[in-house]
Amino acid sequence: MSYIENILSTSVSLLKGMKMTGYYFSHPKEIYTRQYPENRKTLKLPERFRAELTMPHDEFNRHRCSGCTACEIACPNGTIKVLTYMETTPDNKKKKRLDTFIYRLSMCTFCNLCVDSCPSDAIKFNQHFEHSVTERKQLTKVLNRQGSTVTDELK
Amino acid sequence: MIITALIIAISVITLFAVLGLVLVYMERKVAAFMQIRLGPMRVGPWGIAQTLADTVKLISKEDIIPNGADKFLFNLAPLMVTVIATLALAPLPFSDKWIIWDSNVGVFYVAAISSLTVISILTGGWASNNKYSLIGAMRSGAQIVSYELSVGLSLVAMVLLSGSLSFSDIVMTQQDAWWIFKGHLPAWIAFMVFIIASTAELNRNPFDLPEAESELTAGFHTEYSGMKFALFMLSEYINMFIVSAVAATLFLGGWMPLHFGQDNFFNHIMDYIPPLVWFAGKVFFIIFLIMWFRWTFPRLRIDQLLTLEWKYLLPISLINVLAAAWITVTGWHF
Repeated sequence: MSYIENILSTSVSLLKGMKMTGYYFSHPKEIYTRQYPENRKTLKLPERFRAELTMPHDEFNRHRCSGCTACEIACPNGTIKVLTYMETTPDNKKKKRLDTFIYRLSMCTFCNLCVDSCPSDAIKFNQHFEHSVTERKQLTKVLNRQGSTVTDELK
Repeated sequence: MIITALIIAISVITLFAVLGLVLVYMERKVAAFMQIRLGPMRVGPWGIAQTLADTVKLISKEDIIPNGADKFLFNLAPLMVTVIATLALAPLPFSDKWIIWDSNVGVFYVAAISSLTVISILTGGWASNNKYSLIGAMRSGAQIVSYELSVGLSLVAMVLLSGSLSFSDIVMTQQDAWWIFKGHLPAWIAFMVFIIASTAELNRNPFDLPEAESELTAGFHTEYSGMKFALFMLSEYINMFIVSAVAATLFLGGWMPLHFGQDNFFNHIMDYIPPLVWFAGKVFFIIFLIMWFRWTFPRLRIDQLLTLEWKYLLPISLINVLAAAWITVTGWHF
């Protein structure tokens, strides 16, 4: 009896599998493939997709980086280099200021550890994923803009 | 006589080329849709010229013969496999008038010829001087020797019911209904056993142990490249077509339109669809079924493969032959 039961249960389980693939075959709406260069205008990326590190600046060309180098320490493969200088404030205190924020895209694994480690939310990932360039040095980027300063609350 | 032979040769070669292109494209599209993908989309609209581009690529590829290979047998194997596939095409009726060789032992002939494929696979596998090729070839041998029995026995059951070994006679016996409808349980069981066992004979998933990409790189055709590989692949698809054509002829009436009973209104409507369309429709339905198996089921282990044949399919088809004989003797079929 177990012989026939075995045949029947096997057939049922095989038919279940065929029902699944048959459903997908007969419902082309389920297809997940998106044709990239054609759908560039309408492309929708997942919310948590990370492509390139950026440093947002406000309308007065001010960023939120205090130059603490927490991101540089957190980075597992030396993608970030933070160059700083010391500034003397009017009340005669020495404070660290961001000079240049170097980001090497060619070494980045998009792990998000730098963003997580940042105490002042100065950096974040955007979704511009078209990274191809003709020379390797173009992948090394400076994230803070020319002549930018730190926001007042971090001074 | 010579002109007839030439016309037949040209049409068979054309059929081969067209089938190769269409079936490879169909396989890739069916696979893609079953896996929620789109498949080839770039060459031509919906990628219809993809297989043509692949053929051009295969023709222009370098033809490599490995060191230490037996050159003569290495070159002979892909030729042999194609010739065998061609030979098996001869007695199949494509429509009421289209048949190359109306043999009175057609079923027997196809069964005999299609089991020769294993020799070319063994030749190719051995001549490659590669352990993966040899293992794949030996597995193919074990597999075809086992599953040939079930294929043969399910053919015997259908021959018992229809009372003829000739394909065109078998089609004519299905004028009132196809065997799958009037053969009761034995025809159903024979159909299923035939489809399972011939999938195994074709070396297709879930019985693709001779190729088994994940274990043996590509099995018996690991060392083949360019056009010789293309011949192996082409003959695999031609064999699939032949198996489907045999199944369509024996169980689904071949070119015979869907008939129920004699000479009624329904039959006359069905007769308006040409026989060739009926034949092609049935063949492609069975090809689709075999593709559906391939993209649903995982590969069996070698012990599971042999268990399935010797413990399940063979006893079942032996009993099935007995049942078919009983039905034929008592005349229970319509």
